[in-house]
Amino acid sequence: MDRDEQARQAAIAFENVSIGFGGQDVLDDVSFTLGHGETKSLFGVAGAGKTLILKLVLGLVRPDAGRIFVLGQEVTAMTEHETFPLRRRIGMVFQESALFDSLTVEENVAFRLLEEGVHEEDVRGRVLEALRFVELEHTINMLPSELSGGMRRRVAIARAIITQPEILLYDSPTGGLDPVTSNTIIELLVKQRDEYHTSALLVSHRLPDAFTMATHVYDSKQERMVPVRKGSHVNTHTGFVVLKDGHKIFEGTADALVNSSEPYLREYLRQ
Amino acid sequence: MTVQQYALLAWQSIANLFGQPRYLPETFQQADIIGVGSLPIVLLTGFFLGAVLALQSANSLARFGTSTYTGELVSLAMVREIGPVLTGLMVAGRNATGMASELGSMQVTEQIDAMRALGTDPSKKLVTPRMVSTVFMLVILTILADICAISGGATVAVLLLRLDAHQYWSMAWQSLAFGDVFMGLTKPLLFGFIIATVGCFYGLTARGGTQGVGRATTQAMVTASVFIVVTDLFVTKFLLTIFPF
Repeated sequence: MDRDEQARQAAIAFENVSIGFGGQDVLDDVSFTLGHGETKSLFGVAGAGKTLILKLVLGLVRPDAGRIFVLGQEVTAMTEHETFPLRRRIGMVFQESALFDSLTVEENVAFRLLEEGVHEEDVRGRVLEALRFVELEHTINMLPSELSGGMRRRVAIARAIITQPEILLYDSPTGGLDPVTSNTIIELLVKQRDEYHTSALLVSHRLPDAFTMATHVYDSKQERMVPVRKGSHVNTHTGFVVLKDGHKIFEGTADALVNSSEPYLREYLRQ
Repeated sequence: MTVQQYALLAWQSIANLFGQPRYLPETFQQADIIGVGSLPIVLLTGFFLGAVLALQSANSLARFGTSTYTGELVSLAMVREIGPVLTGLMVAGRNATGMASELGSMQVTEQIDAMRALGTDPSKKLVTPRMVSTVFMLVILTILADICAISGGATVAVLLLRLDAHQYWSMAWQSLAFGDVFMGLTKPLLFGFIIATVGCFYGLTARGGTQGVGRATTQAMVTASVFIVVTDLFVTKFLLTIFPF
C-alpha cells in the first residue's frame, strides 16, 4: 500500500504540513496520522499550533505547504465550498464553546439538524437525546449566557455529537474549569469514545486529563468511567502527539511518553 | 486586498441566489428588522425634509412669481434624488452598523468559525438574506419616504404658504415622468446592496475583540455612506443620458 493510500485510509493524516504567520513558522513539516476509532491528545506550550491543527483539519485555515487527508479526502486540494459536506461529518468543540449567543440551547444543539432539513418533530427528540448524554436536559430553553462555563462546554459537546460525526475535535474542553467539572467533561469524552468509537483529536493543556482518557474506560453498567485494570488487555486507543517549536517531537502511547528519555518531554511531564 | 475581499463577498452574495439552500425565514426576519424597524425614522425624516424643502423653495420661487411650482420641485427633487439618498443614509446609519456589530461580535467570539465548522456557509446564511431583504425593503422605504416628503411639502405649502392644495398635488403628480420614477427606484436597489454588503463585510472581517467590533461598526457606517453618495453621482450621470430632462 503506497503512502497516499495509507493517508486516505486514516481518519486524519498530516503529511509534511507547514504554516506560518507574519514570517514566523508555527508548524514546520508536521506529519502524523489518526486511525479510525483512535483518540490522540495534542500537547505543546501556548502558541505551539495545537488549535491551528484542528482548524487545518476542518479546512478553516489553509497550510502553506504539505497535504492533509480527512476521511479519505484531501482537504488541502478542496475549495471552501467543497469542504462544507466534509465538515458535516466532523464535530468540533471550540475552546470558548462558540455557542450562538442569540439562540437557545435547543436551537444551538439542533443547528446542524435544522440545516440538514430534518423534520422538526425528529429534531426535538434528538436534541433531548444529545442533552441527556451531557446531562443538561433541563437547560433546553435557556440561552448560553444563562449557563456556567462548564455547562456551555457540555452544550458545545452536545451540538458536536448530535449527528454522530465520524471525527470529533476538542479544543481545550477543560480549559479554565475546576477539577470536578473537568472530570465530568473528560468522562463524557471517554463515554463518547467507548460507546460510539468516534475518532478524536483532543487539544489540552492538562496532562492529567489526557492520561485519564488513556487509562480509563466507560462502564455502561455503572454509568461512569473506571480505570483499566493492570494486566488487562483493554485498549483505550488513546495516544499522544507533542509539539515543540513547530515540530512534532513525540507521537505514541501514554506508556511510551512516560518512559521517554527526551529531555524536553521529561521536563514537560515533571511540570 | 480589502477591495478584492469585498468584491468577492459582494459577488458571492449574488451567486448564492442561484444555489441551495435558500434561507427564507432569515430573509423575512431581516426584512422585518430592516424594513419595519427603520420605518419610523425614514417616515419622520422624509416628512420634515419635504416640509423644509417646500419652505425653502417656495421663497426662491416666489421671487420669480412661480411659487405654484413648489409641488413640482418637491416632488421631482424627492423622487429623483433626495428620497433615495436620504433613505439610503438613514438605513446605512441604522442597519449597516447593526450588521457590522452583530456579525463582528460573532466573528470575534468564533461563532462564524463554528458555523463554518458545522458545515454552513456564512455567506449563504448571513449575507445573502441581509442583502436581499435590504434591497427589497429599501425600495419600499424609499417610496414611503417620497410620499411622506411630498405630504410634508403639502402641509407647509397649504398651512404656511397658503398655496392651493389641489394645485400642489396635481403639480407634484403630473411632473413625474417614467424616467423620474425609474431613477428613483433604481438607486435604492444599488444603495440597499451597498448597505448590506459593506455592513456584512466589515462584520465578517472584524478583528481584535470588542474594540475591533466598534471599529468595524464605524467603518461600515462611513464607508457605506460615502459609497452611497459616490455611487449616486455616477448612477445619476448614467441615467440622465438615458432619461434626459
